[in-house]
Amino acid sequence: MSRPGSFGGGVHPPERKSLAESLLIEVIPTPKLVSVPLLQHLGVPCEALVKNRDEVELGQVIGSSDAPVTAPVHSSVGGTVAKPSVATLPNGRHVASIPIKASPKQSLEGQALYEDHFGGPWPTSGLDEYTPEDITQAVREAGLVGMGGAAFPTWVKLGRNPDRPVDTLLINGCECEPYLAADNRLMIEAAGPVITGALLAAQSAGADRIIVGIEDNKPDAIASMQVAADGTGIEIRSVRTKYPQGAEKQLVLATLGRVVPGGGLPLDVGVVVINVGTAAAVARAVLRGKPLTHRIITVSGDGIVEPKNLLVPVGTSYRDVIASAGGLKSNAARVIAGGPMMGFTLGDFGVPVTKGTSGVTVLTDENLRSVAETACVRCGRCLDVCPMDLVPTKIALAARYGYWDLARRYHAGACMECGCCAYDCPAQIPLVQLIRLGKTQLAAA
Amino acid sequence: MTAESTAKTPVPVAPGSEPSPPPQLHVAPGPHLSSTSSTTRRMMLDVLVGLVPVMAAAVTVFRWHAVLQISICVASCLVAESLFAFWRDRRPPLSDLSTAVTGAILGLSLPWSAPWYVGVVASFVAIGVGKAVFGGLGQNIFNPAMVGRAFVMISFASVMGATAHVRSDADLVVLTQATPLTAAKEATGSDLPGLWVMFLGNVNGSLGETSVLACLLGGLYLCWRRAASWEIPASMIIGAALVAGIANLLNPETPLTVLHHLVGGSLVFGAFYIATDPVTSPLTRRGKICFGAGAGVLVIVIRLFSNYPEGVVFAILLMNAMVPLVNRWMIPKPFGGPIAEH
Repeated sequence: MSRPGSFGGGVHPPERKSLAESLLIEVIPTPKLVSVPLLQHLGVPCEALVKNRDEVELGQVIGSSDAPVTAPVHSSVGGTVAKPSVATLPNGRHVASIPIKASPKQSLEGQALYEDHFGGPWPTSGLDEYTPEDITQAVREAGLVGMGGAAFPTWVKLGRNPDRPVDTLLINGCECEPYLAADNRLMIEAAGPVITGALLAAQSAGADRIIVGIEDNKPDAIASMQVAADGTGIEIRSVRTKYPQGAEKQLVLATLGRVVPGGGLPLDVGVVVINVGTAAAVARAVLRGKPLTHRIITVSGDGIVEPKNLLVPVGTSYRDVIASAGGLKSNAARVIAGGPMMGFTLGDFGVPVTKGTSGVTVLTDENLRSVAETACVRCGRCLDVCPMDLVPTKIALAARYGYWDLARRYHAGACMECGCCAYDCPAQIPLVQLIRLGKTQLAAA
Repeated sequence: MTAESTAKTPVPVAPGSEPSPPPQLHVAPGPHLSSTSSTTRRMMLDVLVGLVPVMAAAVTVFRWHAVLQISICVASCLVAESLFAFWRDRRPPLSDLSTAVTGAILGLSLPWSAPWYVGVVASFVAIGVGKAVFGGLGQNIFNPAMVGRAFVMISFASVMGATAHVRSDADLVVLTQATPLTAAKEATGSDLPGLWVMFLGNVNGSLGETSVLACLLGGLYLCWRRAASWEIPASMIIGAALVAGIANLLNPETPLTVLHHLVGGSLVFGAFYIATDPVTSPLTRRGKICFGAGAGVLVIVIRLFSNYPEGVVFAILLMNAMVPLVNRWMIPKPFGGPIAEH
């Protein structure tokens, strides 16, 4: 059920973008301690290259690996390494991490750090001097991973494969989760590096065509990007605001009308998709040799005192991030890493910000529905809203009662856990949680 | 399965403010937002609102007979639901309004002349055999109202039969006439009321079926509110029209034309209110279309080839039996196709 400019299914949660969408990006005061996880990407964890009491500089590589799918990690502050420890990621996974005590005087702070990240010039011509190999090498050394959340190592994504040619590079500026505004602000305040990065990424992947997809609830970002893209041949495409338009399969369908095969990648239909933040990081890595050490995150929600868009060093604890936004209000009820549809609740604020973190959303009891679960009446709304054309109620109830084979027959593995089904369910059944249970049982079997 | 643990976490509170109580945070799985207007109770309430035109038409035509019959059925259903719940040591789930809906539909499907005990027995069978035995709301295979209706149709055949609708000593004129389908069945074609009268509803029949106009109004409201899937009434009416049309072509002298079949009997009432019960109809769009079409075809077949003048009750029950199979055969392909098995 495809429609030009959109996709089948989906829901319209209240966008609540007004809390943060017009706030300028601020640089967080350098935290006293950062804990840089050695696994911030899909793939193999890095091995530490530094040890206790080593002095490191901002941007120095502190972890790397020779595995085929991995990305090095760099220090996000200048300071002294402490004893390696274990960090808990928002999804509950424990990974080795390197804590670094920041020195009182940093080489780049405040406005200087902002300028270092976003200040021009960002050329849109004369980029041919960089060969695809130059670009992927620079991207690899900079430790770039997908900043839209999946954190796939970017140099692998942009590498050319003669068996799988790419004709279109899709830049994802949708940011479909409610409350989040990081990508929006990047496009408004620093469209230059996004465009330059897009041109470089297309050159690396071999794409002739570049399209930027932006949801139509971000008119300022669309305008800003159109100005920056003028004369470059990059198409800025406005797509209908609907959750989850930012999911890459749905974005490929809405902008190009192509259907990514089940279990496959956009690469299978000749497309590579990268987030706007990743594109900006590509420009910085290739033109200036700067590694990925900071990222923009939106701290928002009705339960935070002062919503902000912050430029944060990777490894900063959530505690420091929340403190920079004025702290929690007394009616805060749930603190979520990411957006309210797919984010993970935090039980421990010592968790570090990683390269894939996009925001912190603090919800109050008024935002949350605390209605008891009732019986499924097979109303079929979950089918109507599922962007992947699945039957969520069948998969979920099969998983609840242990009928794994039935869950597999209903294609449980195709679920992307977007949450549309649970959002619309009149009976408030925890569909995503149950489907996740089914998927893990099937994967383990 | 949902895990919610409350913990008082020491968290940074806004500086300069008086010590307000620290926030009480909890953890829970996502998604953390949900559509506020979407509840089961709201859906059932929508069905009751959609039944208002039908009940109004019933009261207009049948006066206090309608009020009595519907009240008996709704009350008996609520009592039955409570008794069966206590029997199973559960709290009666009356607040989700599904029992009231079953009672209203059951009452509307009975003839005005059925004695009080028919309504009571039908309600107890509907809730007990049609719903409680399967495990309560959402677990049943057969439409509970139809289970109750079929039970009394067969058990109390004389007071429920076609002739029972007619009483020569009835206090209202309309109750002295045969129902349109019965008149056609007994081949006294000259007694068929006009199509317009049948559409508006000033004819004899069971309480809810007479006014097709009322059923359409309420039914379209249900479809708009998404309490009923439009695919089912659409395919049921079209399926019935096709078979009736073929029958009409083969037998041009019959008094029952396609339009008579559509406005006579409880086809439209069944299509919008009974067949659309989400628990007992398929999940997917293709499944719903098959279900509706099958029901529509069966309604006409039963009307033409069986001894019953009306076929909606059994048509729906038969299609209900097919629903698990339809669901199984019509598993939709995921977007992009199934993931290739290794």
